[in-house]
Amino acid sequence: MNISLSINGIKHEADVEPRLLLVHFIRDLVGLTGTHIGCETSICGACTVFLDGKPVKSCTILAVQADGTEITTIEGLAKNGQFHPVQEGFWECHGLQCGFCTTGMIMAVCGLLQENPQPTEEQIRHGLEGNLCRCTGYQHIVDSVQYAANKLKTQSAKAD
Amino acid sequence: MIPNNFEYFAPTSIDEAVKLLEKHGDDCKILSGGHSLIPALKLRLAAPAVVLDIGRIKELKQIKIDGNTIRIGANATHSEIANSAELKQHCPLLGETAAQIGDQQVRNRGTLGGSLTHADPAADWPAAMLALNAEIVVRSGKGERVIKAADFFVDIMTSAVQPHEIVTEIRVPKPAQPNAAVYLKVPQSASGYAVVGVAAQLKINNGQCEDVSIGVTGLAPKAFRAKSVEDALRGKALDEGTVSAATAKADADASDAMEDIHASGDYRRHLARVYAKRAVQTAASRA
Amino acid sequence: MSFLAKYIGQKVKRTEDPRLIQGLGHYVDDIKLADTLHVAILRSPYAHAKINSINVEGAKQAPGVMAVYTGNDVEGKVGYVPCAAALPELKVPKYPVLAQGKVIFVGQPVAAVVATDKYKARDAVDLIEVDYDPLDVVTDPERAAKPDCPVIHEEFGTNVAFVHSAGTGDLEAAFKQADKIVSQRLNHPRLAPIALETRGVLAQYFPGEQQMNLWSSTQIPHLMRTQVAIMLGIPENKLRVVAPEVGGGFGSKLNVYAEEALLGWISMQLHKPVKWIETRRENMAATIHGRAQVGTVDVAVKNDGTLLGLKYNVTADVGAYHQLLTPAIPTLTGLMLSGAYKIPAISMTCTGVFTNKMSTDAYRGAGRPEATYLIERIMDRIAQELKMDPVELRRKNFPQPSEFPFGTATGLFYDSGDYDKALNKALEIVDYKKLREEQKAARAQGRLMGIGVSTYVEICAIGPSAATPAGGWESATVRVEPTGKVTVLTGISPHGQGEETSFAQIVADMLGVDLNDVLVIHGDTSIVQYGIGTFGSRGIAIGGTAIAMATEKVVAKARKLAAHMIGADEEGITFENGKFVGSPTDKAVTLQEVALSAHVAHNIPTDFEPGLVATHFFEPKNFTFPFGTHICVVELDKDTGDVKILRYVAVDDCGKQINPLLVAGQVHGGIAQGLAQALYEEVVYDENGQLLTGELMDYAVPKAHQLPRYECDHTETPTDVNPLGVKGVGEAGTIGSTPAIANAVIDALGPFGVQHIDLPLRPEKLWRAMNN
Repeated sequence: MNISLSINGIKHEADVEPRLLLVHFIRDLVGLTGTHIGCETSICGACTVFLDGKPVKSCTILAVQADGTEITTIEGLAKNGQFHPVQEGFWECHGLQCGFCTTGMIMAVCGLLQENPQPTEEQIRHGLEGNLCRCTGYQHIVDSVQYAANKLKTQSAKAD
Repeated sequence: MIPNNFEYFAPTSIDEAVKLLEKHGDDCKILSGGHSLIPALKLRLAAPAVVLDIGRIKELKQIKIDGNTIRIGANATHSEIANSAELKQHCPLLGETAAQIGDQQVRNRGTLGGSLTHADPAADWPAAMLALNAEIVVRSGKGERVIKAADFFVDIMTSAVQPHEIVTEIRVPKPAQPNAAVYLKVPQSASGYAVVGVAAQLKINNGQCEDVSIGVTGLAPKAFRAKSVEDALRGKALDEGTVSAATAKADADASDAMEDIHASGDYRRHLARVYAKRAVQTAASRA
Repeated sequence: MSFLAKYIGQKVKRTEDPRLIQGLGHYVDDIKLADTLHVAILRSPYAHAKINSINVEGAKQAPGVMAVYTGNDVEGKVGYVPCAAALPELKVPKYPVLAQGKVIFVGQPVAAVVATDKYKARDAVDLIEVDYDPLDVVTDPERAAKPDCPVIHEEFGTNVAFVHSAGTGDLEAAFKQADKIVSQRLNHPRLAPIALETRGVLAQYFPGEQQMNLWSSTQIPHLMRTQVAIMLGIPENKLRVVAPEVGGGFGSKLNVYAEEALLGWISMQLHKPVKWIETRRENMAATIHGRAQVGTVDVAVKNDGTLLGLKYNVTADVGAYHQLLTPAIPTLTGLMLSGAYKIPAISMTCTGVFTNKMSTDAYRGAGRPEATYLIERIMDRIAQELKMDPVELRRKNFPQPSEFPFGTATGLFYDSGDYDKALNKALEIVDYKKLREEQKAARAQGRLMGIGVSTYVEICAIGPSAATPAGGWESATVRVEPTGKVTVLTGISPHGQGEETSFAQIVADMLGVDLNDVLVIHGDTSIVQYGIGTFGSRGIAIGGTAIAMATEKVVAKARKLAAHMIGADEEGITFENGKFVGSPTDKAVTLQEVALSAHVAHNIPTDFEPGLVATHFFEPKNFTFPFGTHICVVELDKDTGDVKILRYVAVDDCGKQINPLLVAGQVHGGIAQGLAQALYEEVVYDENGQLLTGELMDYAVPKAHQLPRYECDHTETPTDVNPLGVKGVGEAGTIGSTPAIANAVIDALGPFGVQHIDLPLRPEKLWRAMNN
């Protein structure tokens, strides 16, 4: 089946089996390997990407379902060589160790801050219930999110 | 991790979907958000010959208030329901339930219709649907059929939807006292599904419980209305003693109690009683 | 050597992160080679069964399938999965990479399908027909040791794999003198490590050169090279093992599994690269598990709280086979039974038994969490029996700082410690006295508040070679390139610990260069000299020391050339901030200038070897013994048994900290895993050996909202085991935290007279304890 979707602003067309998972399309056909796979039951969140502006788990979506959509992966987050504030937060606050969950986690954080730009710690913790991290114990991730929220706030204040 | 192959159709209208379903219904699975079906496909617990993706049918997406009825398209996602200002105003129980399902990513894809059809006994929606006296509208080549929530959940993973039918809409009568409601759950520590979940919708007048409906999920092989509790509350003042005595019967209407590595049947029954009490008290406090 | 510590001790941001936060790191599955074939593995659905026949014809005919292999194909061609640990009279069953004749655990590899893509490979797995005769299943480890139990490995006539005894001292006398014997039966549940990246292997054989590249998500690339070369019968120097980016290990990748050699062998058959990426379901069933001990501890104690002796009789659940270090894990438990206390007589008898389950092996802490949990739990039991404050009981039995190195009845010498100091600091942070008052008040109101203390000590920097199965040293090469950039090759194989940064901090300070001018290379056996790898909290203590010593050698060599270059006496030359300054001439050359000169070699002393590189293999003289105090405060929901963590305080002493940011990260992650062990995690098999926790839907790896904020602090007690004065911190959190919260929960149940509840402390168990 022919599908066409935009990934990080670039259009990709392919003839795919209907069963092909979006995550495999992104990783294997398009070659963007920053989106990871950590489970098969939609628990771990390592495969999180943005689909039409919302975070989703790309291992639980068929590529054919994404026909005609716009996808943003971790590789599309930094703009003009500048890290996204969420990426920056993870670097500043040691929000990652092995890095495997990180890419999906960062995408989920972007989703969380989009919905709730100034979350409390409790809201951050609950807001990340779709992503598992086995390394950090989450505290530095929470710190990273707070860093990013503050940075985004400052940025938008400046933009105003 | 890899599904079996299947034939795939993505109709853009209900009529088209119904026709395809008539043709392939016996070995066809309907894909809405996919958050119940796709994990099953990946683990090869389900291997249908045909997958009918109804996700592109726009008319199944709408959420609207129609007089005294709230009409939610089967494809409305949990996020859309959780974030709907209209629903928050007319029936906050819907949003409160939706917000407790899965996680933000799952809520962005998973749909009300899909979840209900899947009839997972630990899903969250059944409790709210029962508490709200919702009706589920299904379509087939034979026309439309409306199923009451109370008749909808048949058994573990079995709803009243027949192979050639497709859920199109969920109708929820506007509650008289929208805020007098709550959904509380004990999430299973790994999956987040409900070990027990209790939804309560109340109508309170001068401290008297004029009406109450309580849906319980997670406890039994199918979600159920806690009628014994409701009967013990209706017409009474909701003092501590009354609520305690009434909610002690929260498991009385369960067909059976599920047991697994996460909780025994006894504990589930106990949780149902505890959470029914908390739900009634919280809902009452919000009235 | 003296140097300006510009980076050491600072919270330096990680140099690894820019690639990782952009998704530009390369884990095994991100490495794409042209013409790669994909392997899918058929695994046993039975815990114990005879294989009558396997029919692979259908699978072979399936689209895209290049080959299907079973146990018959690899018999005599691929060696057995290795066990490197040795114990007297250890029974080591042959562990074939594909089952031969029978299967003995759910998930055991039975056949491998090779196809042009992973979807086709997976499809063909379903076309393999295996005729099994199910056999009696052994899942209960205590039953496994009994004579009437079915035997898994018939050749041994028993399920007992080993009996290990440890400890010294006159136990009999201790128990005779005791005012009281406090006993407790304890279960250490089986856990799954769950690195977020599952295992994966990519093998590429070059038939012309007869060489092989093997990428594997591993913590031990060199040890794997040796073992896989032996298994495949190829020369070790023709096998290149690469651990690329590795997405967590926690011990689960401190191993050599069937799949590495299997994939290598398949690549040799088909002359193409072959890849296998483990699914989570496979990971739950066929990657090692941890813990899984059940036993009874008896402690002889005086009425004043003085500990006299400890006896631990335990059964360790080996699982179906030994993996690399399986039998060694309980020996670590035996070593650490003295905990942070003076106990004159200790004895452990550990019976290791085979069961029809996945093998157990090293999971974060590896044998030490078992020791710490049991000793910290029994300390609370003793305090309960003697009606003593658990803190006072602990304090009473601490060795004093002057008593270090402190010899234990288990034969260890703890390098250094000040246990009181860490304890006092933690007590101060929580305000222990006030907390106990709050608890009293809470109880008066009918609230169930609990306070749990754990004063742990662990054994790290593993280890001296004599005590480590495959060598306990570590290697480093430090090279100053002609342009002055510094390349470090380490045998350590980090997979999240951040040692590309912390090692660079050490070298940058010692050489006076910019941190970003130091490149740390690891994990590639064709680039890096032989090394041991990352486990046992050894990275900085041993690997970092090797690097520091190699760096010293480089400086010594550079000094010689610098003296020559500036015409000064070598002895009078100072080296500071990247510059060699002569005395009394005051002429100076930079390290960069020396490096260039060393490589160009136009003007070097006659006895000077060109180049500027040095290698050091560091053999530590002892383990290190980090310690600390963790305090947890909980409140239980009386109606449901739900546990709410109100506070979590950790004061850890890991010696000198190279990078406090990374130390905090290690402590946090460790605590998370230890708390998860206490509250959520347990691998469950049913009586038929079926895995009930086969997915993350049922095995609860905690999410952010299921864990508290940790209040961390530290003390710093120097050690002389290594010149950096570091002790290691990778496992401390895991080891200290489980008993802290367990003690808090049991303490909360004090009003019900509860003495002990086995882990995990699920709400239902607590609710039952309140209602029995």
